Amino acid sequence: MVSKRPKYPGKLIAVEGLDGSGKSTQIYLVKRWLELSGARVFFTEWNSSSLVKPSTSKGKMSRLLTPTTFSLIHATDFADRYERQIFPLLQAGYIVLADRYIFTAFARDVVRGVDFDWVERLYSFAVQPDVTLYFRAPLEVALGRILDGRPELKYHEAGMDLGLSPDPYESFRIFQGRILEQYEMLAPRYHFTTLDATRDIHEQQAEVRRILRQKFRLSDFKKTKGRRAAA
Amino acid sequence: MHQPNLAGRMMRTFGSPLAEMGRSRLVGRLFAIEGADGSGRSTNIKALSEWLEASGYAVKHMGLRRSPLLAQDIEHAKQSRLLTRTTMSLLYATDFYDQLVHEIIPALRAGYIVLADRYIYTLMARDIVRGAEPEWTRNLYSSALVPDAVFYLQTDPGELVLRNFEKNATLDYWESGMDLGLSRDMFESFLIYQGLIQRTFGRMQKRYGFTIVDANRDFAKIQRELRSHLTASLATAAK
Repeated sequence: MVSKRPKYPGKLIAVEGLDGSGKSTQIYLVKRWLELSGARVFFTEWNSSSLVKPSTSKGKMSRLLTPTTFSLIHATDFADRYERQIFPLLQAGYIVLADRYIFTAFARDVVRGVDFDWVERLYSFAVQPDVTLYFRAPLEVALGRILDGRPELKYHEAGMDLGLSPDPYESFRIFQGRILEQYEMLAPRYHFTTLDATRDIHEQQAEVRRILRQKFRLSDFKKTKGRRAAA
Repeated sequence: MHQPNLAGRMMRTFGSPLAEMGRSRLVGRLFAIEGADGSGRSTNIKALSEWLEASGYAVKHMGLRRSPLLAQDIEHAKQSRLLTRTTMSLLYATDFYDQLVHEIIPALRAGYIVLADRYIYTLMARDIVRGAEPEWTRNLYSSALVPDAVFYLQTDPGELVLRNFEKNATLDYWESGMDLGLSRDMFESFLIYQGLIQRTFGRMQKRYGFTIVDANRDFAKIQRELRSHLTASLATAAK
């Protein structure tokens, strides 16, 4: 299990869900809301460490990545962002917004055949989010939003390394279906707050803000208040 | 040695399944040689390789920071000193598993003798000395293949210093543990750090049971001892 979290003054808010669930739109709106309210907020997204990115891209391009190395290279990217940014900012009293968190790794790695206990322990250095918003959409809805207009799907994105289908779209369909199964297993285990992602954007955002207001007082995080002493 | 004919058997990991292992029997042998810089690893591995090849075995090498995917990035990371410890640990682990999956397992399936110039033990010791949770580090490497034999070339830190200076007239920053702030003095730092690593190896020896080889002796004696161990291992029947 992910370790018990030490006390820190910040708040970690993570969003999870399939590609096409609308989670990125929602977290972006949260970011804007908080920024415009003058809060100390930091946004981070999956697979974005500038220090590790060259290796990730290289590996993906040459298709050198197999399940274990795929898992580890993403864990490396996460560790960099976590130790240099996410955790120190939490300690400094920031609201940290994570578009995808460790649960994305759990889902994707397990679908690729990596041992769940192993990857769960791998990420045990990371704290549990204060709230994990899981945007649940039926598979066809999420797929529809992504595949509308037949965009080019990248190799690993479509799960082509799993040999599910020679057709990238069919592969993506099956791959996302398996990820969804993983999310459904993770939701109760990690106490996700599940939201209906089929509703319109505005309605979802209103619910998200309602949930977040229950979790913390926005005024505690206003920049003008000056630095909070560590708890 | 007579005609090499290695019996195949199932190789094990340290506890967690490895997604890429597959079912086929691995016919080769994996030997890990551990020890600090200056312990004589490279020299002994080279001599062992020549001896094995002369005896008709195909030999493959494995080491730290060698995967084509990551070697350059790790070198860059080491030089820039920008990455935190967990990130460095994971970079090394990615490099390790990349080699394991892409080169070592195929080589073992094909019947090669794989000589690993350092294995997970050095990586774990370095992490633990730097404050990593031992349980976390053990889990990280729990999907690695268990070697057929592990040899730890134990050398007095005082002797290591001299050998390092003979090679380079300088001590390596990381091998001196300078990032740990053990001492402002590099020489002193090196001795302290190597001592910490050796103590960690001592504890790991109890857990993993590797063969400690006194590497303070002359090369011929060390090589003889290693060869006799290898011969014994290669003669083992199918498990």
